[in-house]
Amino acid sequence: MRPRLRRCGDGALLVELEGVDEVVALYDALVADPPPGVTELLPAARTLLVRFEPSSRKGAVESAVLGARPAGGRPGAGGEVTVPVVYDGADLAAVAELTGLTEREVVQAHTGSPWTVAFCGFAPGFGYLVGGDPRLAVPRRTESRVRVPAGSVALAAEFSAVYPRESPGGWQLIGRTGLRVWDVAAEPPALLRPGTRVRFTEAPRG
Amino acid sequence: MADALHDGCPALEVLATGPMTTVQDLGRPGRGHLGVGRSGAADRGALRLANRLLANPEGAAALEVTLGGLAARARGDLLITLTGAACPASVVDAAGRARPIGHQSVERLPDGATLRLGMPRRGLRTYVAVRGGLAVEEVLGSRATDVLAGLGPDRPEAGSLLPVGPPPAAFPMVELAPAAEAPPGEPVLRVVPGPRDDWFRPGALEALCAEPYEVTMESNRVGMRLRGRPLERSREGELPPEGMVPGALQVPPSGQPTLFLADHPVTGGYPVIAVVRERDVDQAAQIRPGQRVRFRLSRGEPS
Repeated sequence: MRPRLRRCGDGALLVELEGVDEVVALYDALVADPPPGVTELLPAARTLLVRFEPSSRKGAVESAVLGARPAGGRPGAGGEVTVPVVYDGADLAAVAELTGLTEREVVQAHTGSPWTVAFCGFAPGFGYLVGGDPRLAVPRRTESRVRVPAGSVALAAEFSAVYPRESPGGWQLIGRTGLRVWDVAAEPPALLRPGTRVRFTEAPRG
Repeated sequence: MADALHDGCPALEVLATGPMTTVQDLGRPGRGHLGVGRSGAADRGALRLANRLLANPEGAAALEVTLGGLAARARGDLLITLTGAACPASVVDAAGRARPIGHQSVERLPDGATLRLGMPRRGLRTYVAVRGGLAVEEVLGSRATDVLAGLGPDRPEAGSLLPVGPPPAAFPMVELAPAAEAPPGEPVLRVVPGPRDDWFRPGALEALCAEPYEVTMESNRVGMRLRGRPLERSREGELPPEGMVPGALQVPPSGQPTLFLADHPVTGGYPVIAVVRERDVDQAAQIRPGQRVRFRLSRGEPS
Protein backbone atom coordinates (compact mmCIF):
# COMPACT_ATOMS: atom_id res chain seq x y z
CA MET A 1 0.00 0.00 0.00
CA ARG A 2 1.20 3.47 -0.84
CA PRO A 3 1.69 5.35 2.42
CA ARG A 4 -0.52 8.32 3.04
CA LEU A 5 1.28 11.59 3.70
CA ARG A 6 -0.30 14.07 6.05
CA ARG A 7 1.05 17.58 6.41
CA CYS A 8 2.15 18.46 9.93
CA GLY A 9 2.87 22.18 9.93
CA ASP A 10 5.68 23.76 7.90
CA GLY A 11 8.48 21.41 8.79
CA ALA A 12 7.10 17.88 9.11
CA LEU A 13 5.16 15.13 7.37
CA LEU A 14 3.23 12.41 9.14
CA VAL A 15 3.49 9.22 7.08
CA GLU A 16 0.58 6.88 7.75
CA LEU A 17 1.27 3.16 7.37
CA GLU A 18 -0.52 -0.15 7.93
CA GLY A 19 1.15 -1.08 11.17
CA VAL A 20 4.28 -1.40 13.24
CA ASP A 21 6.17 -3.65 10.78
CA GLU A 22 5.72 -1.20 7.89
CA VAL A 23 6.71 1.71 10.18
CA VAL A 24 9.93 0.01 11.27
CA ALA A 25 10.77 -1.00 7.67
CA LEU A 26 10.33 2.53 6.33
CA TYR A 27 12.17 3.96 9.33
CA ASP A 28 15.13 1.64 8.67
CA ALA A 29 15.14 2.50 4.95
CA LEU A 30 15.19 6.24 5.66
CA VAL A 31 17.82 5.93 8.42
CA ALA A 32 20.03 4.01 5.97
CA ASP A 33 19.57 6.65 3.26
CA PRO A 34 18.39 9.88 4.88
CA PRO A 35 16.84 12.40 2.51
CA PRO A 36 18.65 15.77 2.56
CA GLY A 37 17.27 18.20 5.14
CA VAL A 38 15.69 15.54 7.37
CA THR A 39 16.42 16.36 11.03
CA GLU A 40 14.28 13.78 12.82
CA LEU A 41 12.62 10.44 12.09
CA LEU A 42 10.10 9.47 14.71
CA PRO A 43 8.49 6.06 14.39
CA ALA A 44 5.24 5.40 16.30
CA ALA A 45 2.51 2.76 16.25
CA ARG A 46 1.16 3.39 12.75
CA THR A 47 2.98 6.50 11.67
CA LEU A 48 6.43 7.83 10.94
CA LEU A 49 6.95 11.54 11.61
CA VAL A 50 9.57 13.05 9.31
CA ARG A 51 10.84 16.48 10.36
CA PHE A 52 12.95 18.56 8.00
CA GLU A 53 14.67 21.93 7.62
CA PRO A 54 14.21 24.25 5.91
CA SER A 55 10.52 24.01 5.11
CA SER A 56 11.25 24.50 1.39
CA ARG A 57 12.46 20.86 1.34
CA LYS A 58 8.90 19.54 1.62
CA GLY A 59 8.56 18.41 -2.01
CA ALA A 60 11.93 16.65 -2.04
CA VAL A 61 11.24 14.94 1.29
CA GLU A 62 7.83 13.76 0.03
CA SER A 63 9.37 12.19 -3.06
CA ALA A 64 12.11 10.56 -0.99
CA VAL A 65 9.54 9.03 1.38
CA LEU A 66 7.37 7.74 -1.45
CA GLY A 67 10.45 6.47 -3.31
CA ALA A 68 11.99 4.66 -0.33
CA ARG A 69 12.27 0.91 -0.80
CA PRO A 70 11.83 -0.70 2.61
CA ALA A 71 13.43 -4.12 2.84
CA GLY A 72 11.02 -7.03 3.30
CA GLY A 73 10.79 -8.72 6.69
CA ARG A 74 11.88 -7.19 9.94
CA PRO A 75 15.52 -6.21 9.89
CA GLY A 76 17.59 -7.14 12.91
CA ALA A 77 19.54 -3.91 12.94
CA GLY A 78 18.41 -3.10 16.48
CA GLY A 79 20.16 -6.10 18.05
CA GLU A 80 18.79 -8.26 20.84
CA VAL A 81 18.53 -7.60 24.58
CA THR A 82 17.69 -10.05 27.36
CA VAL A 83 15.81 -8.52 30.27
CA PRO A 84 15.79 -10.54 33.52
CA VAL A 85 12.57 -9.88 35.43
CA VAL A 86 11.43 -10.64 38.96
CA TYR A 87 7.70 -11.18 38.46
CA ASP A 88 6.28 -9.73 41.67
CA GLY A 89 4.53 -6.64 40.29
CA ALA A 90 1.69 -4.99 42.18
CA ASP A 91 -0.73 -5.64 39.30
CA LEU A 92 0.23 -9.24 38.54
CA ALA A 93 -2.92 -10.60 40.17
CA ALA A 94 -5.07 -8.02 38.38
CA VAL A 95 -3.50 -8.95 35.03
CA ALA A 96 -4.19 -12.62 35.73
CA GLU A 97 -7.81 -11.80 36.43
CA LEU A 98 -8.17 -9.55 33.35
CA THR A 99 -6.66 -12.16 31.04
CA GLY A 100 -8.25 -15.24 32.62
CA LEU A 101 -4.79 -16.76 33.09
CA THR A 102 -3.09 -17.80 36.30
CA GLU A 103 -0.21 -15.63 37.51
CA ARG A 104 2.16 -18.40 36.45
CA GLU A 105 0.64 -18.42 32.97
CA VAL A 106 1.04 -14.63 32.73
CA VAL A 107 4.77 -15.04 33.44
CA GLN A 108 5.03 -17.88 30.92
CA ALA A 109 3.23 -15.81 28.29
CA HIS A 110 5.44 -12.76 28.91
CA THR A 111 8.68 -14.78 28.68
CA GLY A 112 7.41 -17.21 26.06
CA SER A 113 7.92 -15.18 22.90
CA PRO A 114 10.25 -12.37 21.90
CA TRP A 115 9.06 -8.76 21.78
CA THR A 116 10.27 -5.96 19.52
CA VAL A 117 10.63 -2.25 20.33
CA ALA A 118 8.27 -0.51 17.94
CA PHE A 119 8.95 3.05 19.07
CA CYS A 120 9.84 5.23 22.07
CA GLY A 121 7.67 7.85 23.66
CA PHE A 122 6.10 9.00 26.92
CA ALA A 123 9.55 9.50 28.49
CA PRO A 124 13.18 9.33 27.37
CA GLY A 125 14.08 5.68 26.72
CA PHE A 126 10.51 4.40 27.24
CA GLY A 127 10.18 1.77 24.51
CA TYR A 128 6.80 0.44 23.40
CA LEU A 129 7.30 -3.31 22.89
CA VAL A 130 5.06 -5.24 20.50
CA GLY A 131 4.74 -8.73 19.11
CA GLY A 132 4.31 -10.53 22.41
CA ASP A 133 1.64 -13.04 23.39
CA PRO A 134 -1.71 -11.52 22.33
CA ARG A 135 -3.43 -12.93 25.46
CA LEU A 136 -1.57 -10.29 27.48
CA ALA A 137 -3.48 -7.32 26.04
CA VAL A 138 -4.93 -5.53 29.08
CA PRO A 139 -6.36 -2.06 29.61
CA ARG A 140 -4.44 0.57 31.55
CA ARG A 141 -5.23 0.93 35.22
CA THR A 142 -8.28 3.08 35.87
CA GLU A 143 -6.14 5.28 38.10
CA SER A 144 -2.59 6.02 37.23
CA ARG A 145 0.15 5.90 39.87
CA VAL A 146 1.97 9.06 40.88
CA ARG A 147 5.23 7.14 41.25
CA VAL A 148 6.29 4.07 39.32
CA PRO A 149 9.83 2.95 40.19
CA ALA A 150 12.54 2.74 37.52
CA GLY A 151 12.88 -0.80 36.14
CA SER A 152 9.17 -1.63 36.51
CA VAL A 153 8.02 -4.05 33.81
CA ALA A 154 4.50 -3.30 32.65
CA LEU A 155 1.66 -4.04 30.24
CA ALA A 156 -0.97 -1.85 28.56
CA ALA A 157 -3.01 -2.52 25.41
CA GLU A 158 -0.88 -4.67 23.10
CA PHE A 159 2.33 -3.19 24.52
CA SER A 160 4.87 -4.11 27.17
CA ALA A 161 7.50 -1.71 28.55
CA VAL A 162 10.26 -1.19 31.08
CA TYR A 163 10.01 2.15 32.94
CA PRO A 164 13.40 3.79 32.30
CA ARG A 165 13.21 6.17 35.27
CA GLU A 166 10.87 6.79 38.16
CA SER A 167 7.80 8.55 36.78
CA PRO A 168 4.03 8.65 37.03
CA GLY A 169 2.35 5.86 35.10
CA GLY A 170 -0.91 4.07 34.41
CA TRP A 171 0.33 0.73 33.06
CA GLN A 172 -0.21 -2.60 34.82
CA LEU A 173 2.96 -3.53 36.72
CA ILE A 174 3.87 -7.22 36.52
CA GLY A 175 7.50 -7.21 37.64
CA ARG A 176 10.81 -5.40 37.88
CA THR A 177 14.26 -5.63 36.35
CA GLY A 178 17.64 -4.49 37.61
CA LEU A 179 18.77 -3.90 34.03
CA ARG A 180 19.43 -0.22 33.38
CA VAL A 181 17.55 0.69 30.21
CA TRP A 182 18.33 4.43 30.31
CA ASP A 183 21.68 6.07 31.02
CA VAL A 184 22.37 9.69 29.97
CA ALA A 185 26.10 9.04 30.15
CA ALA A 186 25.86 6.24 27.54
CA GLU A 187 25.74 6.74 23.78
CA PRO A 188 23.08 5.96 22.78
CA PRO A 189 21.44 6.55 26.17
CA ALA A 190 18.51 4.16 25.52
CA LEU A 191 18.98 0.40 25.54
CA LEU A 192 15.57 -0.33 23.99
CA ARG A 193 15.55 1.43 20.63
CA PRO A 194 13.16 0.96 17.68
CA GLY A 195 13.82 -2.43 16.11
CA THR A 196 15.54 -3.95 19.16
CA ARG A 197 14.36 -7.50 19.93
CA VAL A 198 13.69 -8.12 23.60
CA ARG A 199 13.54 -11.43 25.46
CA PHE A 200 12.18 -11.38 29.00
CA THR A 201 13.48 -14.12 31.31
CA GLU A 202 12.36 -14.94 34.84
CA ALA A 203 14.89 -14.02 37.52
CA PRO A 204 14.76 -15.40 41.06
CA ARG A 205 13.31 -13.15 43.75
CA GLY A 206 15.83 -11.55 46.00
CA MET B 1 33.44 26.65 45.64
CA ALA B 2 32.51 30.05 44.28
CA ASP B 3 35.99 31.44 44.89
CA ALA B 4 37.74 28.47 43.33
CA LEU B 5 35.75 29.00 40.16
CA HIS B 6 36.46 32.71 40.17
CA ASP B 7 40.17 32.13 39.70
CA GLY B 8 40.53 33.39 36.16
CA CYS B 9 37.33 31.75 34.90
CA PRO B 10 34.59 34.16 33.93
CA ALA B 11 31.17 33.23 35.26
CA LEU B 12 27.71 34.56 35.97
CA GLU B 13 26.67 34.33 39.60
CA VAL B 14 22.90 34.06 39.98
CA LEU B 15 21.50 36.15 42.85
CA ALA B 16 17.76 35.80 42.08
CA THR B 17 15.89 33.91 39.35
CA GLY B 18 12.43 35.50 39.27
CA PRO B 19 9.50 33.09 38.72
CA MET B 20 11.51 30.71 36.51
CA THR B 21 14.89 30.82 34.84
CA THR B 22 16.43 27.96 32.85
CA VAL B 23 19.51 27.49 30.69
CA GLN B 24 18.59 26.95 27.03
CA ASP B 25 20.30 26.47 23.71
CA LEU B 26 18.79 25.16 20.45
CA GLY B 27 18.16 21.76 22.04
CA ARG B 28 18.93 18.16 21.15
CA PRO B 29 17.38 17.39 17.74
CA GLY B 30 17.52 13.95 16.16
CA ARG B 31 16.78 11.88 19.29
CA GLY B 32 13.00 11.68 19.03
CA HIS B 33 13.24 7.96 18.23
CA LEU B 34 14.70 7.47 21.73
CA GLY B 35 11.83 9.35 23.33
CA VAL B 36 13.98 12.48 23.76
CA GLY B 37 12.44 15.73 22.53
CA ARG B 38 14.32 18.65 21.00
CA SER B 39 13.58 21.15 23.79
CA GLY B 40 15.73 24.32 23.69
CA ALA B 41 14.73 28.00 23.77
CA ALA B 42 10.96 28.48 23.61
CA ASP B 43 11.55 31.57 21.42
CA ARG B 44 14.31 30.24 19.17
CA GLY B 45 14.52 33.41 17.10
CA ALA B 46 15.23 35.49 20.21
CA LEU B 47 18.04 33.16 21.32
CA ARG B 48 19.57 33.19 17.84
CA LEU B 49 19.42 36.98 17.70
CA ALA B 50 21.10 37.28 21.09
CA ASN B 51 23.93 35.06 19.96
CA ARG B 52 24.33 36.87 16.64
CA LEU B 53 24.61 40.20 18.47
CA LEU B 54 27.48 38.80 20.53
CA ALA B 55 29.09 36.94 17.57
CA ASN B 56 28.52 33.66 19.40
CA PRO B 57 27.59 30.51 17.49
CA GLU B 58 23.82 30.91 17.18
CA GLY B 59 23.11 27.88 19.35
CA ALA B 60 25.24 28.99 22.33
CA ALA B 61 23.52 28.52 25.70
CA ALA B 62 21.88 31.48 27.45
CA LEU B 63 19.39 32.12 30.25
CA GLU B 64 15.67 32.01 29.48
CA VAL B 65 14.05 34.25 32.07
CA THR B 66 10.28 34.00 32.53
CA LEU B 67 8.55 37.24 33.59
CA GLY B 68 11.79 38.97 34.58
CA GLY B 69 13.11 39.13 38.11
CA LEU B 70 16.63 37.90 37.36
CA ALA B 71 19.63 39.32 39.22
CA ALA B 72 23.09 38.08 38.30
CA ARG B 73 26.60 39.30 39.08
CA ALA B 74 29.59 39.13 36.75
CA ARG B 75 32.72 37.22 37.74
CA GLY B 76 35.19 38.72 35.30
CA ASP B 77 34.35 41.32 32.62
CA LEU B 78 31.44 40.08 30.53
CA LEU B 79 29.66 41.25 27.40
CA ILE B 80 25.92 40.56 27.46
CA THR B 81 22.73 41.21 25.55
CA LEU B 82 18.99 40.88 26.21
CA THR B 83 16.45 39.71 23.64
CA GLY B 84 12.90 38.37 23.65
CA ALA B 85 10.50 40.11 26.04
CA ALA B 86 11.84 43.62 26.76
CA CYS B 87 12.08 44.38 30.46
CA PRO B 88 13.42 47.34 32.35
CA ALA B 89 17.06 46.39 32.94
CA SER B 90 19.95 47.97 34.74
CA VAL B 91 23.58 47.29 35.51
CA VAL B 92 24.60 48.14 39.08
CA ASP B 93 28.36 48.49 39.39
CA ALA B 94 30.41 47.31 42.36
CA ALA B 95 30.12 50.80 43.88
CA GLY B 96 26.31 50.64 43.74
CA ARG B 97 25.78 53.01 40.80
CA ALA B 98 22.89 51.88 38.58
CA ARG B 99 22.78 52.46 34.82
CA PRO B 100 19.78 51.50 32.70
CA ILE B 101 20.66 49.35 29.68
CA GLY B 102 18.87 48.81 26.39
CA HIS B 103 17.13 45.88 24.79
CA GLN B 104 18.85 44.00 21.97
CA SER B 105 22.00 46.01 22.48
CA VAL B 106 25.48 44.79 23.36
CA GLU B 107 26.28 45.85 26.94
CA ARG B 108 29.23 45.55 29.29
CA LEU B 109 28.80 43.78 32.61
CA PRO B 110 32.12 44.51 34.34
CA ASP B 111 33.59 42.27 37.02
CA GLY B 112 31.49 42.59 40.20
CA ALA B 113 28.62 44.44 38.48
CA THR B 114 25.07 43.12 38.80
CA LEU B 115 22.45 42.84 36.07
CA ARG B 116 18.89 43.37 37.31
CA LEU B 117 15.78 42.67 35.24
CA GLY B 118 12.36 44.08 36.11
CA MET B 119 9.10 42.66 34.84
CA PRO B 120 8.54 42.86 31.07
CA ARG B 121 5.79 45.24 30.00
CA ARG B 122 4.84 42.81 27.23
CA GLY B 123 5.91 39.30 26.41
CA LEU B 124 6.94 36.45 28.67
CA ARG B 125 10.47 35.21 28.05
CA THR B 126 13.66 37.25 28.04
CA TYR B 127 16.99 35.81 26.90
CA VAL B 128 20.16 36.88 28.68
CA ALA B 129 23.14 35.87 26.58
CA VAL B 130 26.81 36.23 27.43
CA ARG B 131 29.63 36.46 24.92
CA GLY B 132 31.26 33.02 25.02
CA GLY B 133 28.00 31.34 25.99
CA LEU B 134 27.11 29.63 29.26
CA ALA B 135 29.40 26.62 29.61
CA VAL B 136 27.38 24.51 32.03
CA GLU B 137 27.70 20.78 31.48
CA GLU B 138 25.96 19.27 28.46
CA VAL B 139 23.42 16.46 28.77
CA LEU B 140 23.02 14.38 25.59
CA GLY B 141 24.84 16.97 23.53
CA SER B 142 22.88 20.01 24.68
CA ARG B 143 22.62 22.47 27.57
CA ALA B 144 18.86 22.82 27.13
CA THR B 145 16.55 22.22 30.10
CA ASP B 146 13.64 19.95 29.17
CA VAL B 147 11.15 20.45 32.00
CA LEU B 148 8.87 17.62 30.87
CA ALA B 149 11.55 14.95 30.44
CA GLY B 150 13.63 16.22 33.37
CA LEU B 151 16.76 16.43 31.21
CA GLY B 152 19.46 19.07 31.21
CA PRO B 153 21.64 21.07 33.57
CA ASP B 154 20.61 21.91 37.13
CA ARG B 155 17.99 24.66 37.30
CA PRO B 156 19.76 27.94 38.20
CA GLU B 157 18.94 29.19 41.68
CA ALA B 158 20.24 31.92 43.95
CA GLY B 159 23.91 31.12 44.49
CA SER B 160 24.41 29.15 41.25
CA LEU B 161 27.65 29.96 39.47
CA LEU B 162 27.34 29.53 35.70
CA PRO B 163 30.70 29.29 33.92
CA VAL B 164 31.12 31.35 30.75
CA GLY B 165 32.89 29.80 27.77
CA PRO B 166 35.84 31.26 25.89
CA PRO B 167 34.93 34.15 23.57
CA PRO B 168 34.55 33.19 19.89
CA ALA B 169 37.11 34.44 17.36
CA ALA B 170 34.58 36.75 15.71
CA PHE B 171 33.79 40.17 17.16
CA PRO B 172 30.32 41.68 17.47
CA MET B 173 29.59 43.66 14.29
CA VAL B 174 26.68 45.72 15.56
CA GLU B 175 25.86 47.25 18.88
CA LEU B 176 22.13 47.22 18.55
CA ALA B 177 19.41 45.40 16.62
CA PRO B 178 16.33 47.57 16.14
CA ALA B 179 13.51 45.93 18.04
CA ALA B 180 10.35 45.30 16.05
CA GLU B 181 7.53 45.98 18.49
CA ALA B 182 4.71 43.46 18.36
CA PRO B 183 1.58 45.04 16.90
CA PRO B 184 -0.96 46.01 19.55
CA GLY B 185 -4.02 43.87 20.14
CA GLU B 186 -4.44 40.13 20.26
CA PRO B 187 -1.59 38.16 18.71
CA VAL B 188 -2.59 36.25 15.58
CA LEU B 189 -0.96 32.89 14.90
CA ARG B 190 -1.16 31.29 11.46
CA VAL B 191 -2.04 27.60 11.42
CA VAL B 192 -1.69 24.86 8.80
CA PRO B 193 -4.61 22.37 8.94
CA GLY B 194 -3.90 18.78 9.96
CA PRO B 195 -2.52 16.23 10.36
CA ARG B 196 -5.79 15.03 11.98
CA ASP B 197 -8.34 17.66 10.96
CA ASP B 198 -10.45 14.78 9.60
CA TRP B 199 -11.12 13.68 13.21
CA PHE B 200 -13.28 16.77 13.72
CA ARG B 201 -16.76 17.83 12.70
CA PRO B 202 -16.98 19.95 9.56
CA GLY B 203 -16.49 23.56 10.54
CA ALA B 204 -14.12 22.82 13.45
CA LEU B 205 -11.19 24.57 11.74
CA GLU B 206 -13.39 27.58 11.10
CA ALA B 207 -14.45 27.48 14.76
CA LEU B 208 -10.79 27.48 15.81
CA CYS B 209 -10.25 30.66 13.82
CA ALA B 210 -13.56 32.38 14.58
CA GLU B 211 -13.08 33.67 18.13
CA PRO B 212 -10.01 34.31 20.25
CA TYR B 213 -8.87 31.76 22.84
CA GLU B 214 -7.68 32.65 26.31
CA VAL B 215 -4.30 31.34 27.44
CA THR B 216 -4.93 29.74 30.84
CA MET B 217 -2.62 29.63 33.85
CA GLU B 218 -1.95 25.97 33.03
CA SER B 219 0.75 26.97 30.61
CA ASN B 220 4.49 26.41 30.64
CA ARG B 221 7.34 25.35 28.37
CA VAL B 222 5.48 22.12 27.57
CA GLY B 223 2.45 23.87 26.16
CA MET B 224 -0.33 26.37 26.60
CA ARG B 225 -3.79 25.19 27.62
CA LEU B 226 -6.34 27.33 25.81
CA ARG B 227 -9.93 28.13 26.69
CA GLY B 228 -12.51 29.11 24.12
CA ARG B 229 -14.92 27.60 21.66
CA PRO B 230 -14.70 23.78 22.01
CA LEU B 231 -13.62 21.88 18.91
CA GLU B 232 -16.03 19.03 18.30
CA ARG B 233 -14.72 15.69 17.20
CA SER B 234 -16.44 13.48 14.68
CA ARG B 235 -14.64 10.36 15.95
CA GLU B 236 -14.42 8.98 19.46
CA GLY B 237 -11.51 7.22 21.08
CA GLU B 238 -7.80 7.76 21.05
CA LEU B 239 -5.29 7.59 18.27
CA PRO B 240 -2.42 5.18 18.65
CA PRO B 241 0.45 7.37 19.88
CA GLU B 242 2.07 9.42 17.12
CA GLY B 243 4.85 11.97 16.82
CA MET B 244 4.20 15.58 17.87
CA VAL B 245 5.83 18.86 16.83
CA PRO B 246 6.12 22.31 18.44
CA GLY B 247 3.10 24.40 17.48
CA ALA B 248 0.77 21.39 17.33
CA LEU B 249 -2.79 22.12 18.53
CA GLN B 250 -3.74 18.88 20.24
CA VAL B 251 -7.37 18.42 21.20
CA PRO B 252 -8.31 16.22 24.19
CA PRO B 253 -11.92 15.04 24.68
CA SER B 254 -12.84 18.35 26.37
CA GLY B 255 -12.45 20.02 22.97
CA GLN B 256 -10.19 22.73 24.46
CA PRO B 257 -6.91 22.75 22.53
CA THR B 258 -3.39 22.67 23.93
CA LEU B 259 -0.69 24.47 21.94
CA PHE B 260 2.58 22.58 22.26
CA LEU B 261 5.80 24.51 22.88
CA ALA B 262 9.49 23.53 23.16
CA ASP B 263 9.19 20.75 25.78
CA HIS B 264 6.11 19.06 24.30
CA PRO B 265 5.75 15.28 24.70
CA VAL B 266 7.49 13.40 21.90
CA THR B 267 4.36 11.39 21.13
CA GLY B 268 0.70 11.97 21.90
CA GLY B 269 -2.60 10.14 21.53
CA TYR B 270 -5.04 13.01 20.95
CA PRO B 271 -5.67 14.30 17.45
CA VAL B 272 -3.89 17.44 16.23
CA ILE B 273 -6.33 19.63 14.34
CA ALA B 274 -3.72 22.11 13.06
CA VAL B 275 -0.11 23.21 13.55
CA VAL B 276 1.04 26.78 14.15
CA ARG B 277 3.49 27.87 11.45
CA GLU B 278 7.12 27.64 12.46
CA ARG B 279 7.72 31.37 12.41
CA ASP B 280 4.74 31.99 14.66
CA VAL B 281 5.69 29.44 17.34
CA ASP B 282 8.25 31.93 18.71
CA GLN B 283 5.50 34.52 18.98
CA ALA B 284 3.28 31.98 20.77
CA ALA B 285 6.03 31.42 23.33
CA GLN B 286 5.81 35.11 24.27
CA ILE B 287 2.07 35.11 25.03
CA ARG B 288 1.27 35.37 28.71
CA PRO B 289 -1.34 33.44 30.65
CA GLY B 290 -4.50 35.54 30.74
CA GLN B 291 -3.86 36.98 27.29
CA ARG B 292 -6.06 36.13 24.32
CA VAL B 293 -4.83 34.76 21.03
CA ARG B 294 -6.35 34.35 17.59
CA PHE B 295 -5.67 31.73 14.94
CA ARG B 296 -5.79 32.27 11.20
CA LEU B 297 -5.87 29.51 8.57
CA SER B 298 -2.88 29.47 6.29
CA ARG B 299 -2.62 26.81 3.63
CA GLY B 300 0.06 28.55 1.64
CA GLU B 301 3.59 27.44 0.99
CA PRO B 302 6.35 28.08 3.49
CA SER B 303 6.84 31.68 4.53
